[in-house]
This record gives sequence, C-alpha cells and structure tokens, in this order.
Amino acid sequence: MSPTDTRADMADYDARIAELEAKLARLEATTETRTARTGTGLKDWAERYGLLAAWVLIILILGAFRPEQMFSWNSYATMLGSNAMIVVLTLALIIPLTTGDFDLSVASVMAISSMLIAVLNVRLGYPIGSAMLIALMAGAAIGFINALFILYFGIHSLIVTLGTGYFINGVVLWISGGTPIAGVSMDLVRAVILTRFLGIPVGFYYALALTAVLWYVFQHTALGRRLLFVGRGREVARLSGVNVNRVRTGALVASSTLAAFAGILYTGMRGASDPSSALAFLLPAFAAAFLGSTAIYPGRFNAIGAFVAVFFLSTGIMGLNFLGVDSFVQNLFYGGGLVIAVSISQLLRGRRPMD
Amino acid sequence: MTGGGDTAALDIQHLTKRFGGATALDDVSLTVARGEVHGLLGSNGSGKSTLIKVLAGFHTPEPGAQVRLYGRAVPLPIPGARVRELGLAFVHQHLGLIPSLSVTENLNLGDLATGANWAIDWRGAHREAAETFARFNLSLDPRAEVGTLSAVQQALLAIVRAYVDLQRAAKDHADRPGVLVLDEPTPFLPRAGVEQLFDLVRRCTATGASVVFVSHDVDEVREITDRATILRDGHLIDTVDTASTSHDAFVERIIGRSLDDYGARTAHPKETAAEIEDLAAPGLGPLSFSVGTGEILGLTGLIGSGADRVPALLYGAARAEGGRLRLHGRGTPLPLIDPQSALARGIAYLPADRLGQAGVGSLSVGDNVAMPVFERLRSAFGLTTAGIDSHAGQLGAEAGVKPNLPALPLSALSGGNAQKALMAKWLQTDPRLLLLDEPTQGVDVGARQTLWSMLDRAAEGGAAIVIASTDYDQLAQICHRVLIFARGGIVAELTGEQLTKTDIAEHCFRSTSLSA
Repeated sequence: MSPTDTRADMADYDARIAELEAKLARLEATTETRTARTGTGLKDWAERYGLLAAWVLIILILGAFRPEQMFSWNSYATMLGSNAMIVVLTLALIIPLTTGDFDLSVASVMAISSMLIAVLNVRLGYPIGSAMLIALMAGAAIGFINALFILYFGIHSLIVTLGTGYFINGVVLWISGGTPIAGVSMDLVRAVILTRFLGIPVGFYYALALTAVLWYVFQHTALGRRLLFVGRGREVARLSGVNVNRVRTGALVASSTLAAFAGILYTGMRGASDPSSALAFLLPAFAAAFLGSTAIYPGRFNAIGAFVAVFFLSTGIMGLNFLGVDSFVQNLFYGGGLVIAVSISQLLRGRRPMD
Repeated sequence: MTGGGDTAALDIQHLTKRFGGATALDDVSLTVARGEVHGLLGSNGSGKSTLIKVLAGFHTPEPGAQVRLYGRAVPLPIPGARVRELGLAFVHQHLGLIPSLSVTENLNLGDLATGANWAIDWRGAHREAAETFARFNLSLDPRAEVGTLSAVQQALLAIVRAYVDLQRAAKDHADRPGVLVLDEPTPFLPRAGVEQLFDLVRRCTATGASVVFVSHDVDEVREITDRATILRDGHLIDTVDTASTSHDAFVERIIGRSLDDYGARTAHPKETAAEIEDLAAPGLGPLSFSVGTGEILGLTGLIGSGADRVPALLYGAARAEGGRLRLHGRGTPLPLIDPQSALARGIAYLPADRLGQAGVGSLSVGDNVAMPVFERLRSAFGLTTAGIDSHAGQLGAEAGVKPNLPALPLSALSGGNAQKALMAKWLQTDPRLLLLDEPTQGVDVGARQTLWSMLDRAAEGGAAIVIASTDYDQLAQICHRVLIFARGGIVAELTGEQLTKTDIAEHCFRSTSLSA
C-alpha cells in the first residue's frame, strides 16, 4: 500500500468517524433525557420511603389485632421516650460507619457513662452536673484510645473496639462492685423522663434534635460530604487533601461521646444504673443503623433513616408484646432485622462486596 | 505426529484478534523451536500482551487461527484451566507467589490448592524442593517465607515453579517438554539478578524446553534469545535471528518509520514556574528539572524507568527521600510535602488509577467533581445536593462530560468521561502546577482530544503541567518538552523538532544501552 493510498484512506476514515460521532451525540442526547426522568422514578421513591411505609403497615396489621393498645397515643408516647437512648446510640454508631470504621464499644461506653454518673453522684456525692461532664469526657477519652489503636497501630476497628468494649465492661463491674446503684439525683430524672411535652418524655426530643443536627452535618456541610469520601475511598480522600486520620479520629471520638450521652439518658430514665443491662443495646443499634441505611438516602448511613429504623423496630416489638409474645421476640426481631437490613442494602447495591 | 523431534514446540498460524473495531493482532504467525529462547518485542499497544493472553486462554481469537504444540492442534479458545497439561506455563510480571507462605508451599501451590492429600509429608517436600533448587544451581531455603526473599529470588522461584509444573505435566511424554512464557520478568530487577535469571533460562532450555521471553528491553532480548519476533500495531513485523541483528535494527523494527508528522511545538522562552532539585526515592534519582509557566512537560521511559513515579512524589502522594521543590520562588523540602500542603501551594495531582485514587465510583459525579470546592458552594442553608449538582453540571458541560448528569455515580461514566469530570475537578482550582499520571489510559480517541484541549487551555492560563505517560503519540502531540527516563534517571531531553512519536520511542528503547 503506497503512502497516497493511506492518506486517502485516512481522509475517508475521518469522514466516517465524524459522521458516527454526530450520530452518537444525537443518541446520547436522547438517552440523557430518558435517564434523567428515570432518576426520580417510582423505584427511587419506593426505596427512599419504603421503610416509612413498612412502619405504617406494621402499625395497621398489629392494630387489627390489638386496636385499643396499638391505636392509643399513650403507647407511642411511652415507646418514643423509652427508646431515646437507642436513637442516640445508633446516631453514635453511624458516624464511624460512614468513615469506614466499626465501633463495637458504644454499648460499653454507654454502660460506663451511666455507672460513672451513679458512682460519682450517689456514692461520692458529686453534683449531678459535674458527674455528667466527667462521664462525657470519659467517653471522649475512650474514643481517642480507640483511634490510637486503630490508626497508629493500624489494627482493624472491629478488633480494637471489640477489645476495648470488653475491657470497659470489666471496669464497669469493678467500679460498681458488681451491684446496681440506685438513687441518682432527681434533677436528671426530671430532665429526661418526668418532664413531658405532648405526652412524650423530653428525652425523646433530645434524640430528635441530635438527629436533626447529624442530618444537617451529613447532608449540608463540607465536613459531612468529606466523611463519606473518607469511608468510600480513603486514598481518594487523602489525595484530595483530606486529613484522613484526623477525620477518622474525630468520628471515633464523636461516636464515644454520643454513646456517653446515651448513657446519661439511660441513667435519667431509670434513676439508677446497673453494670450489665446497657450492653444489650449494641445489637439494636447496629440493626437500626443498617436498616436505616436502606431508607431516606438509600445506600448511605443516615440520621433520619436511623431514627425511623429505631422506631420501626421498637413498634414491632411493642406490638408483639401486646399480643402476649414472650420477651425473646426482641432478640428475634433485632437479630433478624440486622441481617435482613444488610441483605436489602446489598440487593440495592447490586450485591457488590460491602465497602 | 509422534516421536518427531523436528516439529516446532509452538506453532501459531493466522492469529487475529479484534476488540470491537480495533484490531489488536492482525494475522500473526510465528513458530518457537524446541529448546529455543524466542524473544517477543514491541512497544505499548503492539499486541504483545494480547498474544500472551490468547495463549493463556483469556481471549478468544477470531476464527481461522491455529495453534499447535509439538504438532498437536490445541482447541481454541485455549482452555485456561488446561494450559499446563497442554504444555504451556506462564510467569507474569506479578509472579503469582503468596508472600506469607514458605518457598516449598509456593513451589507446590498447584498441588496444595487442588490435591486431596490429608497428610502432607513436609520433610519430604522440603527435601524435594532443595533437590530441585540444587539442580538449577540456586541457593534458596525451602523453609524461608517467600515475603522475605529478594525480588530476584522471587522471580527465580516463580520460573522454577513454572518449569517444575511443566515437567510434572509432561511426565508421560518426555518428548514434549513444554513451552515456558516469561512475560516481562526483568524490569524491576538489578543487573546481577537479570544475569541469574538468564542462567536459569538457559538451564531450562538445556533440557529441551522452549522459552518465550517477552520484553521491552532490546539489550536483554539480544543477550538471551536465539530468535526474536517483533510486533508493531498488531502486525508481525519480522522474525529475526538475534545473533545477526544489531541493536539499531531492532529499534528500527520496533518503532517503524511513521508517516504522520505532527506540528511540533516550539518551546517558547518562559519564566520558570517550578524547579525540582535532587528529587530522590528508592531506585530513583537524584533528579533535577524545571517546568515553565504555561509549559506542558512530558516524562516517559520504558516500564521500570521511574518516570511514572515522579508526579506522585512531587505531590507527596508517595514519600520522597530527598530533594526540594521550588514553586514560583518558594522552596519546600520534598520529603515534607503531603497532599494537603501540596494543594495549599497550588499543586494538583490526577493519578492514573481512576476509581481507586482519583475518584470514588459509588459516589455521584457531582460530589466527586465538587469535592475540592465544597466550601465555595455553600449557600445560606449550607451545602445542598442541588447546588453541588448545578456547579458540577456547569463544569461537566464545559468539559464535555457525557451524559452530563451529576447525580449519576461516577462508576456509571465511561473511562473517558470519568476522566473529563476528574480533570475538571482539579482544573477548577486553577492549579499552578498540575501533575498527571497516564491521563488518557483507557480513554477513547474523541475524549482524548477533549482532555488535551482542557490541558492546553490550562497551560495558556499559566499553569505548569507535568504528564507522566508511556503513550509516545500523546506526548508528541501535547508536550512542549519531553524528558526520557531510564533506570531511575533522566537520560535525554527532547524539544522542538525531536518531538515525534518515533523520536521519543527511539530514545526510550535506546536508553537501555545508554545507561548500561
């Protein structure tokens, strides 16, 4: 083939390529509008609000059997108030989950916060205000310790927080002497459960306010968006100038501090503290965090989803209790809920491995 | 077809492979004789790796091709799971060893993975391994953990393993000892290691086995092979007797004489924007060079030359051991630079790994693009998805991202469009020094043109741009100046008239002999 032939061929090719590109551009324009429309379609809507719909459905179904209890405001007022600390604990959990770390120590932090308040206030006679402050600071300190092991020594967060959580349980038993402590200042009890608004204990409104704050931070601040980058692509975040270690440390400290706040609510709710009951809230919080990540902003751990998930799960449990089912139903509900929630979110993601 | 010692070990006839409209291999025919070391040479995109992948069973060739091993026709596509039985074994660049296991375990990996032994005789296995190594004159401790071996020892182990596997497969037909394919085994080895490797190759062929040696490196091919086949743009250019072919003759065949002559850019005199002094990292440097304001500087070299590592080092994405960067007069020691401080100085970096380092596939295009300027996009209510998406949509329209829908996840875009979006991510920050690593890898021709004009506009706006790439064509078209790297140092600087695909390729392939 002579050079002139090649040139002629090239010109011919160029013309054909230009023609094809024009055709492509036309096709792309049409698909663009089509995809744009499906983006806000029914499936999307169903994904976002499916959990809310399921909540209403579960109320209606259980209400068909126990209308007098399921349709009474009082049942809900009590349920909303008594689950406030689970909401806070779930919110605590989704912060490090967003940045890609698990915090299994949250329930233990809640327990030690509760026990510190009881020991300081009841046994040592500290004013309730300073006891609460110390509990929150202890929470923050535990977050730092978790971050130190996870980031400095490079150990997986599951292992570190499993260990620190168990360690903290030991400390709780130690400082409490293994027995429950009652008689915490009535000021705290008033500030959490005795004061009511619209019949609901104010503890619920603290949880509601925290949900709103966390929603705003995640959705409407640069920090919140960057948290997501840190969780989904550490290297991308680092190369885009995010101080990944500082962000992860911050997330772990925030998580432990919020867990300590959940401990305050828990103590206020009961006016007492016992060394072991708080530990039972770890699984409900995980179940709600993952179930919540399938709703409102599907595929992301999000505050509103977590809030809805906590009350969806506790409504179900409340209803089954009304039906006279034994208390083991809690375990079935939370355990099953966790696995089903994660399965649903995996289906949404097209069964790609979790990140 | 039996007992004949004269049939070729490997005989490939009329092998063609197309990907969509692109022809990666065009009617390639070659034979590898018994006991021969056969070189396979060519630059990036020549079709070398496609050929190897067809042999390994990854690709299905177009109908009409024939592959024979010792005279027996091999079914096509080649059944990947059975290649070893057929008499082919591969050693790829990332050797396929498991670092946390012992030498013996790695040597017997095939058996361990598929065998059904309940009780493994470890002492016997270690003894057997030691005997094998002794036969090849290698001093490897069978009990050592592979991760603790040097790069050379690991390469040797991988080759011995492939050879032993072949021998086991050929137990009952000793007249067909097998073909060992070594795919770029040397770029990261020191010279002494290369010699050891060659010694091992010769011991393998002494027993009758054949070796296909794939390489970029002309000198190594001349040293070890008996014959060599040169591929270019999917065509078989020539099969030559190594002994009677000069270095220059090889280089000429690899590069060809290209007819296309792009208007070379003249390096207009300009003020220096960035000066790099004595940049050093393991196996690299110390190197010094500078980039001017509005200049596009290309860095290139063969695989293992170190050119591709420079952008990451200048940005602090990887840590340098020494050196200084002076940007518009302000100097900083390179080992102290991290991505945060680099960004603060007006340096931006677009890595080659698009969805691993440059952007997050599961997040929206809008989030990915707007990430560096979140603060700027705040409204009274704070950051909103609508605000982010309208900003990203605007940039996307300018950059020609298709479809320009910022709400889509980044992974939904094609390589070229994702790259346009990621390029826009950094260009909106008006970097003074923009560092890019293989910016057009896996990018179609149309998108490539768009990316180039984006870079051109940035350069006209006063940015200094550094591109590390092994695409000579691209470098010739877009760069004002190109630095050629070999074995961790700069060996040539090309400007003006010399900036053609051919010249750049020629300098790269010659560089190995210059630095030896």
